[in-house]
Amino acid sequence: MGEGVLYRISGPIVVSRKTSGLKMNEEVRIGDEELIGEVIEINGEEAVIQVYEETTGISPGTRVSGTGNPISVELGPGLIGCTFDGIQRPLVVIRKEQGIFIKRGLNPKPLSRDREWEVDIHLKKDDLVVPNTIIGEVEETSLIRHRILIPPGVYGKVLEIIELPGYRVEDTICIIEDKEGERREVKLFHTWPVRKKRPFIERLPHEEILFTGQRVIDSIFPLAKGGVAAIPGGFGTGKTVTQHALAKWADADIIIYIGCGERGNEMAQVLEEFPKLKDPRSGKSLMERTILIANTSNMPVTARESSIYTGITMAEYFRDMGYDVALMADSTSRWAEALREISGRMEEMPAERGYPAYLGSRLAGFYERGGRVKVTEDRIGSVSVIGAVSPPGGDFSEPVTSHTKRFVRTFWVLDKDLAYARHYPAISWTNSYSGYFEEIAKWWEAKDIPIRSLRIRVMETLTVETHLRQIVQMVGEGALPEKERLTLKEAELIREGFLQQNALSPVDAYCSPEKQYRMLKIILDFGERARDLLERGLPLFKIIELPIFSELKRMGVEIENKEIDKFDKLAERVEKEFETLKEEYG
Amino acid sequence: MDSIYHKRHIGAQELTGPILIVEGVENVGFGELVLIEQGDINRLGRVLEVAGNRAVCQVFAGTSGIDREKVRIRFTGSPMTLPVSEEMIGRVFDGLGRPIDGCGEVIGEEERDVNGNPLNPDAREYPRENILTGISAIDGLTTLIRGQKLPIFSGAGLPHNEIAAQVVNQARISKEEDFIIIFAAMGIKADDADFFMRRFEEGGALSRLVTFINLADSPSVERLITPRCALTAAEYLAFDKGNHVLVIMTDLTNYCEALREVASAMGEVPSRKGYPGYLYSDLATLYERTGRVKGREGSITQIPILTMPNDDITHPIPDLTGYITEGQIVLSRELYQKGIYPPIDIMSSLSRLMKDGIGEGRTRKDHPDLYSQLYASYSRVQRVRSLASIIGEDELSEVDRNYLKFGKDFEGKFLNQDKTESRSIEETLNRGWEVLMNLPESELVRLSKEEIEEYRSK
Ligand SMILES: Nc1ncnc2c1ncn2[C@@H]1O[C@H](COP(=O)(O)OP(=O)(O)OP(=O)(O)O)[C@@H](O)[C@H]1O
Ligand SMILES: [Mg+2]
Repeated sequence: MGEGVLYRISGPIVVSRKTSGLKMNEEVRIGDEELIGEVIEINGEEAVIQVYEETTGISPGTRVSGTGNPISVELGPGLIGCTFDGIQRPLVVIRKEQGIFIKRGLNPKPLSRDREWEVDIHLKKDDLVVPNTIIGEVEETSLIRHRILIPPGVYGKVLEIIELPGYRVEDTICIIEDKEGERREVKLFHTWPVRKKRPFIERLPHEEILFTGQRVIDSIFPLAKGGVAAIPGGFGTGKTVTQHALAKWADADIIIYIGCGERGNEMAQVLEEFPKLKDPRSGKSLMERTILIANTSNMPVTARESSIYTGITMAEYFRDMGYDVALMADSTSRWAEALREISGRMEEMPAERGYPAYLGSRLAGFYERGGRVKVTEDRIGSVSVIGAVSPPGGDFSEPVTSHTKRFVRTFWVLDKDLAYARHYPAISWTNSYSGYFEEIAKWWEAKDIPIRSLRIRVMETLTVETHLRQIVQMVGEGALPEKERLTLKEAELIREGFLQQNALSPVDAYCSPEKQYRMLKIILDFGERARDLLERGLPLFKIIELPIFSELKRMGVEIENKEIDKFDKLAERVEKEFETLKEEYG
Repeated sequence: MDSIYHKRHIGAQELTGPILIVEGVENVGFGELVLIEQGDINRLGRVLEVAGNRAVCQVFAGTSGIDREKVRIRFTGSPMTLPVSEEMIGRVFDGLGRPIDGCGEVIGEEERDVNGNPLNPDAREYPRENILTGISAIDGLTTLIRGQKLPIFSGAGLPHNEIAAQVVNQARISKEEDFIIIFAAMGIKADDADFFMRRFEEGGALSRLVTFINLADSPSVERLITPRCALTAAEYLAFDKGNHVLVIMTDLTNYCEALREVASAMGEVPSRKGYPGYLYSDLATLYERTGRVKGREGSITQIPILTMPNDDITHPIPDLTGYITEGQIVLSRELYQKGIYPPIDIMSSLSRLMKDGIGEGRTRKDHPDLYSQLYASYSRVQRVRSLASIIGEDELSEVDRNYLKFGKDFEGKFLNQDKTESRSIEETLNRGWEVLMNLPESELVRLSKEEIEEYRSK
């Protein structure tokens, strides 16, 4: 094994000298406390190591020893429902051992070694296997059947299946003779280096929506399964609430939520809320499909840097089982800052705003691990990635936001003014975009929902409104012709009745496709009828005085997903109120 | 602290600003506490970097007066610690946690590393209980929660101190129980410190107060330690002893400037406006020492105060603070000039934890919708006002004129209150309804019909 002796210590970055045998990205242990580190640069006999724990008290002369392995995660049954730190240490175990504060020098295994799993075995002797062939299935939670896979790189034939009533993760389940004729024991789990993407056969085009139950997202700026999106926004504009909403309601099979350099209380909230919330499709607890990575802002920045790799590697693993995985990283800016801090301590040449020159390529490397892929000849899986971006001072021209923009196809821009006015989600309709809309429109159309024409009308009305508002700000609404004032009112209905969605309202937090459609339709229908009456010479104020006008703004919080028939009644009311008006005016 | 100093050294290699570099040392650990002595000079410092036999130390009181050849440096082998015990309550300490009230040393039950350790996210309990302050703008619209960190973003000359003191004096846990107040002053003027002490005394808070004071003329680098001492005491009193602790820290801007000073003396590459790239992480190690813990009684609530340079909320100090804290209370110079107290700009203020601490069984059933309606309506006021300034009030539509009236009442009757006036939550919410009644019912779309029926007459 490789080794070295510490020479320089400055925060989380240490330098060892007289180093021999250490490899790039190798996991090392430092001193008697066996602090975990990773080699991030080698220069002759000098190695730069990032240490994943506090380095206070560590002095020159301390020994460094290599483990021979790159920094890796364990992949196997027992991940779901757990909370890990940035290097996959189980926080529940740490809490049991150390109490309420995280101290250093403890390195419990991510997967429980004692727990036994019943495996439903699919293979038999002499079966041919390739990477990702399913050996058997474990019911990990009532929602997820965990598929035990032949690890990447292993091709061959089954020599023996070892049958046990219950397997622990370290038990061997089958023995393979590989192409070279070597015997390989396959256990319930394997490890994988976090910085290396897991192989697949090929990328596939996007076909299906990642349905989130958020109206402005699904109907206007949708994300595909396997797509990549970013949510940039200044502080308090709603990145975390949106990420939480997606983690709760998105129709993915597995959710990986990474709290990367953010607040402890937000993680506590997820831990308290998710077990109690029910998945709208299966009715099961949301925690049964969720894995949390919590490396809060006060935890070591080095582990923050690795947290997104830990997360995406687990996501790829579940993808390889054929699942649709959605990964949320809140916030990628904190990850980038960790990168900057590490780079600064290594005294690298900074590029823009102190970030290292490789910021862009690292970001690309992360987002590229998302996608919809063919895992085996007959299995498809996907990883959707949604990264929050926290631009300093809300300035979107800064490096992290502008680089991110190059790699994502959906961009949900959070607008400070909307957030100040408590228009939530504060997703700007002027600056956001989705590159998946065309592919996804088919999904809506298969439900007989003409999403294209609906969306065009919404966007047109909002664009005209933006323009009219500028005029109104100069001369007042009274100076506009009635027709244009009606456009303003229609836009108001779209904004307040459709785009706004209160994540805190139990009725409105999740909006089914059907409900989205009915809401949109009734609003657009109102506009059409109003336009018709206006043309017949009816004054606008009469129309907006209709009680139904303000009522339409509340249908989101008042009509439940399962009460779709109430929309029929509402539509009747719209019709009736307009008819009455028409009669009054002849 | 005066037991065995196993590593001593005479003479320094280099002195620059707060930085002292020693060569020829052995076994010095990163981050350990150092004692710097020379004649009657006695200063504390900390190891910022070690490389081979060279140690870079930060001297809290600066290096002025230090003689490169004569200075004696002792390495203590452990990080800076603070003796903690319940005896700290009622006492006054300097910025490094040494008693300065003439009542002798504190006999610590324990010595704690002032840097603390991160709370395990899994051990946290999500905070839910509100703290009513008797201030309408806060209780009604940016409700403070026990275990929250909610800073005040202020500007030079604005009444942030008054507001903080009013919160301290009016906040109660229950009739029987009071908060323990921890007050950490960083680089503030002696006048301001006196103001706080006077107000705390008036409010009867002295007997439950722990004070750490680093004044404007105290050594600036010492400020980096002051909040850490305060929070170490807070953690002990809250999580070991089961108290509800309210920490007031002022002024974080001075803290950040001290951090910048050290970073630039170290020759580090700055990020924005000369502040180091790790300002976010550093501030997080303070602000995140807040919260509630599963299975423990106590709580830590923080109200950090900072003055925004040039009233600029995008300046790195308020910006990074806002990215860490659970909301912010922003003061407005415009409201202040209109004579409104407290001049809280509610549009940019936010309490992220209030949603679970208000409503039925916590404040009142109508609170969430009322909150939402007040925001929606007041945001419209801003637009109407700017329109009115162009076309004149007379040209406004009737509804818009209603909004102007609402805006005026909202500021005058809801926001505005006396510096010692404590309003019940009922009164705050009723005032909210009262000012909304300037608007026609069709404008109140965030409130349900039933709510309007039930509360309109309040
Ligand atoms: N969809 C929503 N429904 C209701 N309230 C919302 C919604 N989105 C945001 N909010 C409100 O805005 C507050 C701030 O949102 P959030 O915490 O998500 O901001 P953020 O962008 O993550 O900020 P930071 O960058 O500081 O973490 C929330 O506490 C909540 O009160
Ligand atoms: Mg957030």
